[in-house]
Amino acid sequence: MALDLPKQKLAEMLRKMVEIRLFEEKVFELYGQNVVPGTIHLYAGEEAVAVGVCSVLEKADYITSTHRGHGHCIAKGADLNRTMAEILGKQTGYCKGKGGSMHIADFTIGMLGATAVVGAGLPIAVGAGLSAKLRGTKQVVACFFGEGASNQGTFHESLNIASVWKLPVVFVCENNLYAMGTRQSRVMNVENIADRASAYGFPGVTVDGNDVVAVYEATLNAVKRAKKGEGSTLIECKTYRRRGHSRADPAKYRPKNEVQEWLGKDPIKLFKERLIQGSILSESEIADVEKEVETRIAEAVRFALESAYPMPQEALQDVYS
Amino acid sequence: MRKITYREALREALREEMLRDPTVFLLGEDIGRYWGGAFKVTEGLAEEFGDERVRDTPISESAIVGVGVGAAITGMRPVAEIMFGDLTALAMDQIANQAAKIRYMFGGQAKCPLVVRTPFGAGVNIASHHSQSLEAWFMHVPGLFVAIPSTPQDAKGLLKTAIRGNNPVFFCEHKLLYPVEGEVPEHDYTTPFGEAVTRREGSDATIVATSYMVHKALAAATVLEKEGLSVEVIDPRTLTPLDKQALVRSVRKTGRLIIVSEDCKTAGVSAEIAAVIGEEALDYLDAPIKRLAEPDTPIPFSPPLEQYVIPNEKTIIAAVKEVVQHGH
Repeated sequence: MALDLPKQKLAEMLRKMVEIRLFEEKVFELYGQNVVPGTIHLYAGEEAVAVGVCSVLEKADYITSTHRGHGHCIAKGADLNRTMAEILGKQTGYCKGKGGSMHIADFTIGMLGATAVVGAGLPIAVGAGLSAKLRGTKQVVACFFGEGASNQGTFHESLNIASVWKLPVVFVCENNLYAMGTRQSRVMNVENIADRASAYGFPGVTVDGNDVVAVYEATLNAVKRAKKGEGSTLIECKTYRRRGHSRADPAKYRPKNEVQEWLGKDPIKLFKERLIQGSILSESEIADVEKEVETRIAEAVRFALESAYPMPQEALQDVYS
Repeated sequence: MRKITYREALREALREEMLRDPTVFLLGEDIGRYWGGAFKVTEGLAEEFGDERVRDTPISESAIVGVGVGAAITGMRPVAEIMFGDLTALAMDQIANQAAKIRYMFGGQAKCPLVVRTPFGAGVNIASHHSQSLEAWFMHVPGLFVAIPSTPQDAKGLLKTAIRGNNPVFFCEHKLLYPVEGEVPEHDYTTPFGEAVTRREGSDATIVATSYMVHKALAAATVLEKEGLSVEVIDPRTLTPLDKQALVRSVRKTGRLIIVSEDCKTAGVSAEIAAVIGEEALDYLDAPIKRLAEPDTPIPFSPPLEQYVIPNEKTIIAAVKEVVQHGH
């Protein structure tokens, strides 16, 4: 597939992927230092999906996210400082410390938030799509969820409704092979989640979820279709998480050779190689991007660490409008 | 004043709000032109406003509410109908975990002006899956308002308040109330949340009743009056927010409290109201509180069985007498 996007666009996609990777590595490090309360579900390894999808979207377009949502936020353009501060439970965080790692939202950039109930974001995404249609905007909705969520009833209800109402929703299944510790083959007799789209009468495509350009192109087709009023698409992105499900899960349920194989298919490494081979970015240009991102992440960490915790009685605010 | 039914009052509220605000739309199973809603509340609205704004859905309760949430947080004012209150169990995650919490979890960023309407109540012999009164479930979820009108006037006024507000509202109707007539003003009005109404003044005992039970309580009070007992009947109208002051004020006056609600007794509406009085007005009670509620069974089918588990005029009269005679 040709890298026929403008250099600036490709560089920006790489930057976002690196931002997510370094951000998540830093979150993991901070977790080890006991400054991240609760649990974390890291997006490292799946960067090509969020970045490939969100690079097609405009600011006014919507996304819905999951418990593994830091990457979706960053890809949609969320502020790193406020994202990190939320993960640390600080007052300056996106949700003033009320949401944490699993519930980050930024309504100003169309990031409608992460729900931590598996599959619960699907009908909400469909509702945002209906809203866009009723209001007559050209907004589309990208709905992220995992392969595990495709076994929930909400998956069926949502894809069916999106289909019969021809809604501008792109369903993006991040198939990382494992729902917590449960391998897909133990709970599904289909290999490709995309096949399930045929039950709803709209296209389902399976792409290499570690190939950011492949994800971008599949999303571009889906978004074009949505904006023309032709309805939904299910894009299945085959990918893999670099670490366990949550916290310090060692993921012993994953065979070593499988892990090695997928780590070798690191989406950032692959994208960098292609950018260099295609003479789009030089190694030193890439090194500059990485350095800049490192500085930005360090700033986000400093901001989050130096921010105050909310006052305890703020727990009573924001229940009602 | 003109009289219309509870059903017509609800329909008027929906119609007037749809005329007033183009972001208001309805969704639910069979609410459109082919059926008009299982209880005919939305009859005629699809013909007037079109199928886009009066939207028939597949049988997908979870998605009906979830789609409502997604539309509400992106600028619309959806009113979702769940055909029977029992079926809200299918949509519970979207109601309790999504609609109710989406504002709080995201630090106040979201507004979720979603109304979920549904009929509760027994009395028409349709057994355990179509007869429950589950309003207490929703009182237990912070972030939701719970409205439970007992008259056509309040049905219209509370529904308008629900639609115009910026919070998710769980709107409890009662299937026996739909044909009940009552006075409803013709001018535009809303009924505030968190304001109980005194349906009847009295001095010997207070009955706090909800939904259809308000009518049973009023009938009982009329009988008791002939026997020389003056009974006050209070209708909270919304369970969240609950007008605690009105309850306390009445108990301070009468010193005796009977609570009548159609939901199960354990951890139900009557338990919460009793707890409020226990915390805030215990010293004013001259007798133990009496609760009349469903006796913690599923709703049975056969008429004598069903009638046995629902409070009625006779059981209310007996309860009032028992409370009034306490200590005498």
